[in-house]
Amino acid sequence: MTYLRPNFRHPDLPTNELGYTKKNYEGSLSTLCAGCGHDSISAAIVQACFELSIEPHKVAKLSGIGCSSKTPTYFLGNSHGFNSVHGRMPSVVTGANMANRDLIYIGVSGDGDTASIGMGQFVHAVRRSLNMTYIVENNGCYGLTKGQDSATADVGSKSKKGDANPFEGIDLAALALQLGASFVARSFSGDKEQLIPLLKAAIKHPGFAFIDVISPCVTFNNNPGSTKSYEFVRDHLQATGTVDFVPMRKEITTSYSAGTSQEVTLHDGSVIHLHKIDDKLDIHNRRSALDLIQEYKSESKILTGLLYMDKEPTDLHETIGTVHKPLRSLQEKELCPGNNVLQNINASFR
Amino acid sequence: MKPTDNANPEYYHKVVDCQYACPAHTPVPEYIRMIAAGRYEDAYMINWESNVFPGVLGRTCDRPCEPACRRGRIEEQPVAICRLKRVAADFKTDVSHRMPKIPSKKNGKRIACVGGGPAALTVCRDLMPLGYHIDLYDAQNAGGGFMRSQIPSFRLPETVLNEEVGYILNMGVVTHFDTYIDSLKGVLDKGYDAVFVGTGAPRGRDLNAPGRQEGAANIHIGIDWLASVAFGHVEKIGKKVIVLGGGNTAMDCCRTSMRLGGESVSVVVRSPRSEMKASPWEIEDAEREGIPMFENHVPVEFVIEDGKLVGMKFEKVKASYDSNGKRSLIPTGEDHIFFPCDDVLIAVGQENSFPWIERDVGVDFGKWDMPAVDEVTYQSSNPKVFFGGDAAFGPKNVITAVAQGHQAAVSIDLFCRGDDVHKRPAPGVTTVSQKMGVHEWSYDSKIEDDKRYKVPHAEVKIALTDRKLEVELGFDVETALKEAHRCLNCDVQTVFTESRCIECDACADICPTECITFINNDEEPALRTKLRAPANNLTQDLYVSRDLPTKRVLVKDEDVCLHCGLCAERCPTSAWDMQKFLYQVSKAGSIQ
Repeated sequence: MTYLRPNFRHPDLPTNELGYTKKNYEGSLSTLCAGCGHDSISAAIVQACFELSIEPHKVAKLSGIGCSSKTPTYFLGNSHGFNSVHGRMPSVVTGANMANRDLIYIGVSGDGDTASIGMGQFVHAVRRSLNMTYIVENNGCYGLTKGQDSATADVGSKSKKGDANPFEGIDLAALALQLGASFVARSFSGDKEQLIPLLKAAIKHPGFAFIDVISPCVTFNNNPGSTKSYEFVRDHLQATGTVDFVPMRKEITTSYSAGTSQEVTLHDGSVIHLHKIDDKLDIHNRRSALDLIQEYKSESKILTGLLYMDKEPTDLHETIGTVHKPLRSLQEKELCPGNNVLQNINASFR
Repeated sequence: MKPTDNANPEYYHKVVDCQYACPAHTPVPEYIRMIAAGRYEDAYMINWESNVFPGVLGRTCDRPCEPACRRGRIEEQPVAICRLKRVAADFKTDVSHRMPKIPSKKNGKRIACVGGGPAALTVCRDLMPLGYHIDLYDAQNAGGGFMRSQIPSFRLPETVLNEEVGYILNMGVVTHFDTYIDSLKGVLDKGYDAVFVGTGAPRGRDLNAPGRQEGAANIHIGIDWLASVAFGHVEKIGKKVIVLGGGNTAMDCCRTSMRLGGESVSVVVRSPRSEMKASPWEIEDAEREGIPMFENHVPVEFVIEDGKLVGMKFEKVKASYDSNGKRSLIPTGEDHIFFPCDDVLIAVGQENSFPWIERDVGVDFGKWDMPAVDEVTYQSSNPKVFFGGDAAFGPKNVITAVAQGHQAAVSIDLFCRGDDVHKRPAPGVTTVSQKMGVHEWSYDSKIEDDKRYKVPHAEVKIALTDRKLEVELGFDVETALKEAHRCLNCDVQTVFTESRCIECDACADICPTECITFINNDEEPALRTKLRAPANNLTQDLYVSRDLPTKRVLVKDEDVCLHCGLCAERCPTSAWDMQKFLYQVSKAGSIQ
């Protein structure tokens, strides 16, 4: 019996700018079902953080409850982590982000954790524009409790037993767009070529970045008739285009034809380059994204890729005007400036 | 790339690096598992079937398997395969009841073996159980050939050799020892159905330099001298000894000298040390006994005073290489260097010699006066005469001689049945799934981190007092078990079934060594650069599937696969399976 990952790695593994190999970004071995889409997403997060040369100790990964929310254990084993109460990950990130704005926050949630029990938390995290990457590992069912339909299951999608779901599914990407999220994307766990650049762009985005990742439940929702199975998603997937994330300092070597491509330069000089397949999409126009999602849905297609991105996002700290230092670093001296200051304040009201 | 043809047994055979590199293709991982399970007799018999002399080879093999071992590509050192083989021989109980039954009714065919070394003994081992009558002729007084005369007892105790030679001779081989065959014609005239020539490469090369004749009493040919020691004709040597040559024979000569009274023994080599032919571990063992090696010294003359050898003069050189890598030794111009000595042992190579084969018996001779021998069948131009071991293609080693003996036996058997010797029987191949449960395999899939364990040695001081005292002590049971666990089980193959794959990427994500990539197909050189980790080891194959539903293919780089089974554990549809692949070289009597 194994269940243990060997310690040997490929002797020629590349290193990133920090001199780390991918091994430095791995977590412990997953205990999810064999073939779970979530494990692919974990692998994509490992790859994205490796490629971005992120220092693992500068990341906090947070989650709620569910199969998806177990996954932070399986990546970034050298980062901070918090496994919160069901659906309450957004509050914990809010608190953590307030206390230390210098960390990179990656929230991992599922369709149950976000679209049902945590819906109230989710929508407020979006409208407050918390600076975080919010990943929903969306499999349309409750895998931990044996596969009941979740709130994101499409109407008519069949369960493993063959029953069609009678309720309308919640489209979390559309919801996030309506609530003002400044970065919205959808992807598929089985398409790392798309997912990894999206994750890199989301992590670098200085505001609320939302990625809805369709991630088939191989045990309870990978049957014929399910709209979240590997086969169905592959057959009905339509990408907005291909995304390249070009870090600062790297020259752009790919040539793009004008008219079909859009470029976004981030605050640190990195560039996100979208090579569009459907030129109706304007990634800076919220309405364009919403329309297109509906249009593809009416044709039974799943629109994936980068959907919307705000050029000048505002994050919560900016909105409420906090100091630039992490709040947790403020000492008594700064927080209790003394009687003189208090007297001055009082005097100003007289 | 075209899809890999994994129905061809040679594909998976090549993945088992150790077995593939072994001339006799011994199923190494299979016997290492037996050792780990404490089944020493089973481990011994797997070896015995394949390489005939597990106890001998477990001490003296050239171990081509070890440089090939996959473990050496993922960490510093390969598995100590050779010394594990010895473990099987050391800890086994009686195996005589497991030896093949020899039919009392013979098949009426008579074979002569000329020479009683490893190749000829292998022929006997393969043909005796089939009912052949065999006469074995050897000039020595016991079987074993060079294993007896060349390998000193401190490396190979006589008891071990006698036991393993005995298993074969006890099958009823009719031995004619102390019988030097001086005419092949004479042998053929005795009406044998076939003759196997396994006479080795019996002539040690000499060094013709001034003083060679005058000093003859104290200048010896290495292999002849070793034989004289082995048979007890020589018991002493001078205090100061020079050994010329850098091969394994030179190492045996210098170490034997230390045990026969040599106090200051030096090895002097023409070439740079890095090009010495001796196995690195044999050089190490000699150095441990305090024997210095002098590189880049070309012999100039034997210095004789008053009709007696007093030393040798050498010229210092430097190696230089031309654009083709061809080496030449350029004198440095320094004064000649004098090494005083009482005796010189010349171990500068050995060669074949067939003065006893008449040139009119139908055996053609070609280049360098070597017999023309078929490289597959080992048959000479006289269809009744077969060659094997060093006699066939020049000096190699014991394991090669055994491998050739097996093939010659196949040919002799086919020939005596009147069949075509070129229609070789196919190898025996079995493939068995190892799946027991979701995370359970019937092989030990856990990968241990342990570094290679060292074999303990007898203390140098004591070892040097007795030429028959074995230096290497062998692993104890506990260390053997730990060393056995270092084996990666490369014979447990990752077998992929396209039709089951749902392309969930789970295998690619979990693989610790990035062997697996789902990718659009391309030509091999391009594919090799595009995989998750570059596949730079061109000697290792890429396993390519047929097209998957997304039109991609699965590509697995075999190079550093740990055979840990995680791909198969993570596969939701059992598209991957771990299957134990056992490849057995065909033997005489195998069904065609």
